[in-house]
Amino acid sequence: MDSNLKMTEEKPVSQSPIIMPLQPTLKETPPAAGREENLETKIEIRDFSLYYGKFKALGSVSMGVPSNMITAIIGPSGCGKSTLLRAVNRMNDLVPHVRTEGQVIMDGENIYAPNIDVVNLRRRVGMVFQRPNPFPKSIYDNVTYGPKLYGVGRKTDLDEIVEKALRQSALWEEVKDKLNQSGMALSGGQQQRLCIARALAVEPELILMDEPASALDPVATLKIEELMQSLKDIYTIIIVTHNMQQAARVSDFTAFMMIDSPQTRTGVLVEYGETNQIFTNPKLRQTEDYVTGRFG
Amino acid sequence: MSSTTQSIGAPSRRLVFSKANFRRRKIVNGIMLSLTGVLTVVALIPLFWIIAYVIYKGWQFISFAFFTQMPRPLGMVGGGIKPSIEGTIVLTTLACLFAIPPGILAAFFVAYKPNTPLGIAVRFGTDVLSGVPSIIIGIFGYALIVKPQGHYSALAGGVALAILMLPIIIRTTEEMVKLVPQNLREGSLALGSPEWKTALSVTFPAALNGIITGILLGIARASGETAPLLFTSLGSSNYSIERIVQVGLATHQNIFQIFLNIVEEPCDSLPLTLYKYSQMPYPELVSQAWAVALILMILVLAINILSRLWVQARVARMQGR
Amino acid sequence: MPRETFERELSGLQDETLLLGSMVEQAVRDSVEALMRRELNEARRIYAGDSLINENRYRIETECLALIARQQPMARDLRLIAAIMEIITELERIGDYAKGIARINILVGEEASLQPPMELRLMADLGLDMLHRALGAFIARDAETARLIPAEDDQVDALYNQIYRELLGVMIADPATADHANYLLWSAHNLERLADRVTNICERTVFVVTGEIKDLDHSDDEYDPATPVELS
Repeated sequence: MDSNLKMTEEKPVSQSPIIMPLQPTLKETPPAAGREENLETKIEIRDFSLYYGKFKALGSVSMGVPSNMITAIIGPSGCGKSTLLRAVNRMNDLVPHVRTEGQVIMDGENIYAPNIDVVNLRRRVGMVFQRPNPFPKSIYDNVTYGPKLYGVGRKTDLDEIVEKALRQSALWEEVKDKLNQSGMALSGGQQQRLCIARALAVEPELILMDEPASALDPVATLKIEELMQSLKDIYTIIIVTHNMQQAARVSDFTAFMMIDSPQTRTGVLVEYGETNQIFTNPKLRQTEDYVTGRFG
Repeated sequence: MSSTTQSIGAPSRRLVFSKANFRRRKIVNGIMLSLTGVLTVVALIPLFWIIAYVIYKGWQFISFAFFTQMPRPLGMVGGGIKPSIEGTIVLTTLACLFAIPPGILAAFFVAYKPNTPLGIAVRFGTDVLSGVPSIIIGIFGYALIVKPQGHYSALAGGVALAILMLPIIIRTTEEMVKLVPQNLREGSLALGSPEWKTALSVTFPAALNGIITGILLGIARASGETAPLLFTSLGSSNYSIERIVQVGLATHQNIFQIFLNIVEEPCDSLPLTLYKYSQMPYPELVSQAWAVALILMILVLAINILSRLWVQARVARMQGR
Repeated sequence: MPRETFERELSGLQDETLLLGSMVEQAVRDSVEALMRRELNEARRIYAGDSLINENRYRIETECLALIARQQPMARDLRLIAAIMEIITELERIGDYAKGIARINILVGEEASLQPPMELRLMADLGLDMLHRALGAFIARDAETARLIPAEDDQVDALYNQIYRELLGVMIADPATADHANYLLWSAHNLERLADRVTNICERTVFVVTGEIKDLDHSDDEYDPATPVELS
């Protein structure tokens, strides 16, 4: 059956991937309520490559991440999704012998320029990790950790911040009476929401989520997904997920990555577009093979 | 259905096990359990015997007077071991002061940068130091402090004990820091916290339980050492903080000078006293030695038990119970 | 091979669609034959047989839904299942046309005075051939062929016009036959609609292959300026 499939085009992987259209294609998908005609780009990644020593982990990735949207990065394991995500808040810098080429531009500035204040960058770009990692402190202290770093000292201010952050991450009602309890005493799903609140407390612009629900049970997962939808209005979100259905449920735009060959194992961006299109009518054969589960 | 043709043999279809097999297994199980129990008891016998014997021999001399009085001149009945207790406290405090800060800092350094030349050197040095006989450390203390100063002192003893404690603290702390999940550190860094602050506010509290355990173990060891003190603090039945303070106040010395006086005198310590008294020909003093042994033993036991309880309570609080 | 179970189930669905197609084909062919030969028993059989067609259609639809729920199909699989669901609907309607013709046959009765025009059989043959090839193109994912088939609708429409004029003439000549002639006209209308349904099936085939839904049929020929209807 497969051999009779007549696809419109089939491009080899090494050619330049699809650059995101900055305007939504209204032909197939009806415009969603409230979506503007022109989307702003929050982060633009231009020809970005990353090396760990001699190993080229990312190969010339180019894509634009729109503001106030959820962008998902999907692909088989080891294709560089997390590496790409961490490139946005420069967490890769922690790995020895890391080297980058190309630019990652946020609000007009290349964050890999030599004089960039990485601490400030990490304040504007928050991160939530795969396994919830609350600090061994009270819930209150977990959330105030970030703001205290940036000089907020007065108790009234801190109280306000804590309540706001916990409300935003849909955790307030559950913990408002036990803010002094240790953060590690919560359930997995609650811990993850606490980590989200902690990231929100410093009022970032962009939130990076590295498989945020993969360590959680289905109910907790759905709560986190709902949360993401509500956060979208204020923040821009990039999520890495190995769960395709989650990417389909949650995201507005989807980027599909793969390694370019088993020998080099460099991660490249294969296709990038609106989620609807990627999952109903992807342009490239590799993308379709992946989303239909025929490989990976 | 016969299963004789298969090599492993299909499991028997009968749900009730064959009686003979079952009984045999039960017997073997019973024998092994009993053997384990017996050997456990055998292993524990020395511990409980020591405790029982020391209690038996020493408890009659324990009294409030024993703790608070100075020793009587030789040959006379009665007297206390106040100087020994005070000396042990001073020595242990000094040892902690000298050993804990460098120990923890060195451990953090080794945990964070294990592959630098300095990191490798510290690790190697720690391993070597933990194997050095304590009397050699005492001689080192003698050469380092006693000789230049010209007199024995509690300070020298504290330094020697600190050197003894150092490897324990460094090794435990290093292990505990390495056990803190990388995740936690990344979470802090991702919020924009610099590396040093992360180490201080996140990694250190997370490793604190283990660090405290290490420190307490070090204290337990240091308070029981005798050899290094022979060359450094020597031992003195005259040591009395009260006296020093009174003298100091009378001659209008300031706090710093008083403090200096406290540590610059040679001082006594419990293990040292134990050793001395046990060698004396006076039966009175030998009995007192037993009492001292009892006190030391209780001290070590108490530190161990308390540290366990403390850690348990902290862990329970962490998990919200 | 990845998703073997799923592939098998998809393949099974396609087979069942083909099966439904041939059931429907047979029903139309038989009903037209029965009309031409005025075999009323046959007509009754066909009429009753429509319920089997409907049952099959609903069964396939339920299986499609189950497959969507269980297997979360994406991209081409999703389009395929969606297309199948549309196609079986079209097939079921064609089955209804066969039923309609059988009903007309019964209504007209044995002592019918009018002989059904030969063009009816021709229309049926043409339309069913189109249907057969359209289903073949669907299974083969042959978008090219699928794009070409709707054009043949013109022939069917031309035949319909012919029948229309002929029957109109008969009605004018002998008003007593109006009832009967109308029924026959309605049968022709059914067969013309059959061809339109085939066009929809072709559109779905193109959709599965390209992901686009494009209008393939020509405008309704009653209003086609190229071939005006003339009343003779």
